[in-house]
Amino acid sequence: MKNRLLITASLLCASLLAFTGANAKTLRLAYDADPVTLDIHEQLSGGTLQLSHMSFDPLIRWTQGLAFENRLATSYERLNDTTVRFNLRKGVKFHSGNEMTAADFKWTFDRLKVSPDFKGIFTNFSALNVIDDYTIDLVTTGPYPLVLHTATYIFPLDSKFYTGTDANGNDKGEIVKNGASFASTNLSGTGPYVVTSREQGVKIVFDRFKDYWDIDSKGNVDQIIFTPIKDEQTRVAALLSGDVDFIAPVSPNDFGQIKRSSKADLVTMPGTRIITFQLNQERRPEFQNVLVRQAIVNAVNNEAIVKKIMKGFGTTAAQMSPEGYLGYNPKLTPRFDLQEAKNLMKEAGYEDGFSVTMMAPNNRYVNDDKIAQAVAAMLSKINIKVDLQTMPKAQYWPLFDERAADIMMIGWHSDTEDSANFYEFLAMTPNSDTGMGAYNSGNYSSEFVDETTMMANMETDPDTRASMLQAVEERIYQEAGFIPLHWQNLAWAARKGVEIEWVVNAFNFPYLGDLVIKD
Amino acid sequence: MFQFLIKRAIQAFVVMFIISIFCFLVQDSLGDPTRELAAMSMSDAEREDLKESLGLNDPLLVQYGRFAGRALQGDLGNSYFFKEPALTVIMKKLPATLELAFAASFLIITISIPLGVFTAIRPRHWFSRFTMAASVIGISIPVFLTALGLIFIFSVTLGWMPSFGRGEVVHIWGYWSSNFFSWDGFVHIIMPAIALSSIMLPLFIRLVRAEMLEVLSSEYVKFARAKGLGPGPVYLKHALKNTMLPVITVGGVQIGIMVAYTILTESVFQWPGMGFMFLEAVNRSDIPLITAYIMFVGFVFVVVNTLVDMLYGMINPMVDLVGKG
Repeated sequence: MKNRLLITASLLCASLLAFTGANAKTLRLAYDADPVTLDIHEQLSGGTLQLSHMSFDPLIRWTQGLAFENRLATSYERLNDTTVRFNLRKGVKFHSGNEMTAADFKWTFDRLKVSPDFKGIFTNFSALNVIDDYTIDLVTTGPYPLVLHTATYIFPLDSKFYTGTDANGNDKGEIVKNGASFASTNLSGTGPYVVTSREQGVKIVFDRFKDYWDIDSKGNVDQIIFTPIKDEQTRVAALLSGDVDFIAPVSPNDFGQIKRSSKADLVTMPGTRIITFQLNQERRPEFQNVLVRQAIVNAVNNEAIVKKIMKGFGTTAAQMSPEGYLGYNPKLTPRFDLQEAKNLMKEAGYEDGFSVTMMAPNNRYVNDDKIAQAVAAMLSKINIKVDLQTMPKAQYWPLFDERAADIMMIGWHSDTEDSANFYEFLAMTPNSDTGMGAYNSGNYSSEFVDETTMMANMETDPDTRASMLQAVEERIYQEAGFIPLHWQNLAWAARKGVEIEWVVNAFNFPYLGDLVIKD
Repeated sequence: MFQFLIKRAIQAFVVMFIISIFCFLVQDSLGDPTRELAAMSMSDAEREDLKESLGLNDPLLVQYGRFAGRALQGDLGNSYFFKEPALTVIMKKLPATLELAFAASFLIITISIPLGVFTAIRPRHWFSRFTMAASVIGISIPVFLTALGLIFIFSVTLGWMPSFGRGEVVHIWGYWSSNFFSWDGFVHIIMPAIALSSIMLPLFIRLVRAEMLEVLSSEYVKFARAKGLGPGPVYLKHALKNTMLPVITVGGVQIGIMVAYTILTESVFQWPGMGFMFLEAVNRSDIPLITAYIMFVGFVFVVVNTLVDMLYGMINPMVDLVGKG
């Protein structure tokens, strides 16, 4: 009897030890919002991509230095102008236990092609052909330079898991944007973390996938507890009080507090989202005059905006492409020069100025309303009187669609991490048939920009393509097609010992599978 | 009594009808929900399809007819964000808000009455002067500032209190998980409750004090003192009871206002209740959820007012409920 008790007791102790595990590491993570859905093809957003990199793996992924790194692909080669062949990793398992094969890629590709949000990225792709269980060919409709860029969006879904019908008789693989679906609440990927529980808007718990293929990864986090914290000050307080280990985004206003703290580290990185104003040439004949547009660009001291309003949390821009993109043209520099601006206005015959309306959101970009106020004040120096209205993004976008003001703010991040995406959406002549220029509220139009961008989208030689994109950038600069402000930086903060600086990147999807926690 | 309740039920219906019409009229300025449901780069054609599938392209009258038809059957539509019936979402978030409001009310009642009575009886005592001065300051500090101050002092600097959320809650029944049955949960509700009560508490101290002062100078209190009753029975039995009448009326109205303050408190503390949910719904243009929330709050107001009137009737039998209703 006594013996039995002893054995039971020691067994209990042992299981308790195993359970708490001396090495078990938990990461308590707080972003401003949690993913809206578990279906990674339902909505193209930062949150979706963050989830994709936690619970799924792409064919290849970006490194911090903007190069490609193999994940589920072990190698790839271009077979001809329109085909790239990928060899797939063997022995990879999905969370459900199913083995990953080329069939899952085919299924995923077909689903991406019908996803309202993602199909745009895959327009130039005609097929994904299965060669054998571990070889696939990606085929494009013509020569296409961005096959690898796009391959970073191919995260295979577990086709067996998502095939069939759910309890309500609906197809498990269906993409539903305006309601619940099997895929929006169930998940099976190949990624490092399995979703074990989820209460939307409150908490998601991820456990490390036991059969994860990447055993070389140094990542040692066994569990992630993800709680969204919307208020930026509360988020910082939660980190500094030790209630969470890792937060993002961090507002520039809180940098000082984190830097002074002995408990936490701040990591910032130049981002790739460009913030701009567009001058509507349809509403205002004055803006059709290139001299007026140049005068306005000269009048806006965007360096001061970055320094004073953004507190250094941004990179002053003179073009759309950030450094590292093919189209980045080092010759183009910020050109604040008030005297020059005044001269240009005089030359254009608008020395006495005019009045315009301006709109900007007040909760979409970092300090968006303050930036708009500053720009309005700067324009008053060249006698352009600005009637500024700022509003929450929910109200802003319908007005943007209506082109409701003469000057409107827009920020843009290139989904393909390539310059051409900026031109397609912001600089090309608006055309409802082709969908180009969809966010060009200024109606800036240049035949050279239109044609060269389209040609660049068929040019597979990187050097030729770079010179084409840089020429486009230079043309837009000369013609002052828009007012460039800055690229918004990115910031994360973590408690000391959580080594986030190696896993964060300019795309803002940290590779948490590789995160190391020391102590 | 029955007649009174019927009257109130009809009133509630009318109130909700008016609110629903109002919600539909302002719908356009609540923003475009497809912006929150889809990527920036989605094509216009796809966006139109999505709007069509949400029924947003129909004339307002058609949309309202569809909504009203469902609402009569108790269905207020599905939240775009939560992908669940809006009423279910509200019911899930309701316990967190009710518990917070309850904790704040508890603080208000247990602190304001003793302090109010004391400051009325001993107006020149240093503690009374201090209380009155502090209440002026308390009433003029916005709730979110109080909340952030609490977080900064007790969470960040001292490290005594958790900074956000509900912590480990204990599941009670249905959607109700409680903060009051575990230490962790209890610790999590303290600061939000203090922040939420911070506006109302000074108000109630002043209200109780003012009413008490008035009652103390009335004839019957003087008479009771004159005939030799001790201070205890006079203050607590005769005076306090009559002080409570107006306090309950004001309290009923203030509970409604407290709902508004939960929005601020909950968003600072990331408290997963109705107020925070509403704020997020507005940010995301989640129109069905916004409409359902406003209608629900309207309903709560009617119910609370009814309860207050009934309570009033119990304390003061002279009140004629039917005539009032």
